[in-house]
Amino acid sequence: MLFLPELTILGAGLALFVVSLGQFQPRTVKNITVYVLFIALVTTICSIGNNGTMFFGAFKVDLFTQIVKSTVVLGTFIIMLFSNPDAGVKKGTQPEYYLFMLMSVFGLMMLVSANELLAIFVSLELSSFTVYLMVAMRKNYTGPALVNGAALDSTAGHGYAGTFCQIGQGLQSEAAIKYLLYGVTASGLMLFGMSYIYGLTGSTELPVLAPALAKIFPAPVAIVAVLLVLAGFFYKVAIFPMQFWVPDVYEGAGNEATAFIATVPKVVGTALLIRVVSLIPPAGQEVTWILGSCAVISMFYGNLAALVQKDLKRLLGYSGIAHAGFVLLSVAMMGLYGFAIAMYYIVGYLLMTLACFLVICTLSRNGANLQVSDMAGLYKRAPLLAITFACSLFALAGIPPFVGFMGKFMVMVQALHKGYLVFVVLATVNTAIAIYYYLSIVRQAWCTDDQERPAVTPSLLVNTAAFFLLIAIIAMGVFADPVVNTLAAALSTTFS
Amino acid sequence: MDQLLLNSGFPILSVLIFLPMLGALALLFIKNEENCRRTALVFTAAVALLSLTLLSGFDSTTARFQFVEMKPWVQAFNINYTVGVDGISILLLLLTTLIMPFCVLVSWTYIKKRVRAFMICLLIMETAMIGVFAALDFVLFYVMWEAMLIPMYLLIGIWGGPRRIYASVKFFLYTLAGSVLLLVAIIWLYMQNGYSFFIPDMMWQNYSTTAQMFLFLAFFLAFAIKVPMFPFHTWLPAAHVEAPAAGSVILASLLLKMGAYGFLRFALPITPEATAVMIPWILWLSIIGIIYGGFTALAQSDMKKLIAYSSVGHMGFITLGIFTLNIDGIEGAVLQMINHGVTTGALFLCIGMIYERTHSRDIESATGIGKYMPVYITFFTFFSLAAFAFPGTNGFVGEFMIIAGAFKYSLSQGNFPWLALASIPGAVLAAAYMLRMLQRKIWGREHNPDNSWLKEHDLNTREIITLAPFLLFVLWVGLAPKPFLNIMHTSVSALIQNFATCQAKAVAIAGTVLN
Repeated sequence: MLFLPELTILGAGLALFVVSLGQFQPRTVKNITVYVLFIALVTTICSIGNNGTMFFGAFKVDLFTQIVKSTVVLGTFIIMLFSNPDAGVKKGTQPEYYLFMLMSVFGLMMLVSANELLAIFVSLELSSFTVYLMVAMRKNYTGPALVNGAALDSTAGHGYAGTFCQIGQGLQSEAAIKYLLYGVTASGLMLFGMSYIYGLTGSTELPVLAPALAKIFPAPVAIVAVLLVLAGFFYKVAIFPMQFWVPDVYEGAGNEATAFIATVPKVVGTALLIRVVSLIPPAGQEVTWILGSCAVISMFYGNLAALVQKDLKRLLGYSGIAHAGFVLLSVAMMGLYGFAIAMYYIVGYLLMTLACFLVICTLSRNGANLQVSDMAGLYKRAPLLAITFACSLFALAGIPPFVGFMGKFMVMVQALHKGYLVFVVLATVNTAIAIYYYLSIVRQAWCTDDQERPAVTPSLLVNTAAFFLLIAIIAMGVFADPVVNTLAAALSTTFS
Repeated sequence: MDQLLLNSGFPILSVLIFLPMLGALALLFIKNEENCRRTALVFTAAVALLSLTLLSGFDSTTARFQFVEMKPWVQAFNINYTVGVDGISILLLLLTTLIMPFCVLVSWTYIKKRVRAFMICLLIMETAMIGVFAALDFVLFYVMWEAMLIPMYLLIGIWGGPRRIYASVKFFLYTLAGSVLLLVAIIWLYMQNGYSFFIPDMMWQNYSTTAQMFLFLAFFLAFAIKVPMFPFHTWLPAAHVEAPAAGSVILASLLLKMGAYGFLRFALPITPEATAVMIPWILWLSIIGIIYGGFTALAQSDMKKLIAYSSVGHMGFITLGIFTLNIDGIEGAVLQMINHGVTTGALFLCIGMIYERTHSRDIESATGIGKYMPVYITFFTFFSLAAFAFPGTNGFVGEFMIIAGAFKYSLSQGNFPWLALASIPGAVLAAAYMLRMLQRKIWGREHNPDNSWLKEHDLNTREIITLAPFLLFVLWVGLAPKPFLNIMHTSVSALIQNFATCQAKAVAIAGTVLN
């Protein structure tokens, strides 16, 4: 029973494998995936409360892992609700695309529960390699760019032509190769770090490692080993210095695939970041300074680069780097609440980013990339989407009462509580920088009129997902207390 | 908890805060534009009437916070939902609730597109503004303070004039950049005060002088931009000019007051020593603001810009009054906050009404209309007189008290009263720019543009109903300011008393260290 959620996902993958052997309409394939994911969501949520270990202690199930797994499946389910039937991939490859996505989810769920270094590595690779394929599967375009099904004159000066031709020439392949190469490098660093840890402690099991490493700290070799292992998860969550893949992959991957890459793996990455950082004894001031500096650099890098972006996904990618900085800052503060707030933040980030991608995927019917200028007059073309977009952008910017504000606020309280005033001041400066580019999108969506772009009527599923995300973004901000306390309680059982 | 009078009965402040929000939610389900306007009016009027009941229950003999409600909010960080009012905030809260119905009224025909969204913005704005004045928990305060930016940004950005995008972004960036460091200050204070965000607990605490200087800097940046004080004022004319009439009224009457309120509520009680050090600088900055605002207003041909710059001058008077730190100065400042809210609000309403007809804000295009729109000009004249503090109007009482306070301040320091003298040209300039506009509008020159068609379009009943209460208020405060001063007197005296005690303590500590 402990393995039931993973088994359901595996079963779902098998079902899609069978589907891939036949010829089905994209819509049918999508519906099948939605149904199996719904079943997986129910089983995962029902599994909350299970406790225990499997596979000789390599696989651990507790409250924390099950909450993270539920978030993972929920996030994937929401992506399925709003993705276009063809999911922006080449004709006839939809079943394989969904199969890879489910395998990645499976890898991520294994990763959360992995309690042993090799299990961590194997699940991480499983979750990564499938995503590389998802990026490369994006379909090619020929002909004029289509936004909401209407052809736009590429000479009209919207800048579609440029982006669009590049996709025809294999931007997705470039993205996939970059993603793969950076990923492999990160994995290599991580393996190297793991070999150090094994050499120092003679074990790969996390419960054995923690006390063994505590004896060695603060020897430089132990710190280097842990930091090298962290590299793999820095890559997953997109934190400096492992963030270079982000803009190109976000731009080159399909909208639906980017929605997945930008959200679900980051939640698990954060959970694992917490796991690895918790190996360091709380007195590890040096590590806090190193991680905190990486966090602040991520914020500046992400926010400053995002200021000049025209492509929406690229912009969200850079903004994601900045947000990952906030997450890392919270993790760097160590302690139960530092970790709980990091989880709160990343779950909030998942909701906010999903809301953004919901809008992008719904607006771009043919899967083309959208520019910031494509948001013009959105309030009239699709009011609910405009509200969703505005709320999620203000939330990302950290304006109360949304979840983004509460997350930033608690990160700052925690950092100041530990006495890192410098980090807090730099983080607030970043909040002020970030507002500009979020505001420029809201401005396009709400304060401009547009004649040529047609109205959009989202389907019932999309509307439902939008409502759910809106309510979640506000509710998690206003009622932060129960969420943080639950996460803290769950984490305390993991580390006790 | 001795600073509090808990409210065990009807949770009036919470109702006031959330009723507009409820109205905004209700509007989501109303399609018809006319019904949207009516619903918004009903909700704002209900809030206004309900807020008047605060007065009957308010005890003006105590400086304690009243009608206090306290509910845990985020227990992990000891954040509570705490609201309450004292003699200073109750007046500003009432100003807010009473002005909002008129903002709805003036937008009745002015706003033609996206009426529902406009009314929702107004109502959310009201919730946030009442929240700012009632909040006794610093996080609640900050949430409301920042949440205000979104509807205001949309009000300017969607329904504003031709340069609305520039103005709205500038407004948003300026105010947000100012208040991010406020958040750091808040968290620092929370650490210092036994992990509590409760505002009254943070007051009069004798933090170290260095800490106070940093805190004051954070406060100053946030509040001086909001006021706005002289070098930080550039967002104001842009935002004012581009905002729709209701937006300008909210900006001038209510939003600017939040900066001044912030100084009174936070800067003075939390960082008294730093305030004492900074007083001379801030006083002279205020004087610069007064003179600068006056001269710039004199050079404007755009009526809205003129009023916007005059606001810079008026707000200079208010900060001058606050930082004289004597009873006349602060009471005058608080009174002037309300006066400025009423008078400038009314002037913006008037300009909105003429803009609706001529679609121009230029003084030249509205010259010589006294002949054709006698009712309008009567109202306009009264408000203009009030704006330059003509005796018998509310502006006179406020400015008189502030200047008296400035005199007292200089004399108490043993100085020649340069400060008060320096502010006098500001008052003269105010008369100059207001009379100049008034003269043009009533009589104009030899060759006026043909505005005779306006004869048919003098103010209608709705507009007269909108302006009449403002006029009543101008004369009421002008002739009998006592009731208003009574409400705030105890709170203001307590503020000054505490400030003096705190100063004496700091001096004593410094003395013992030296000995």
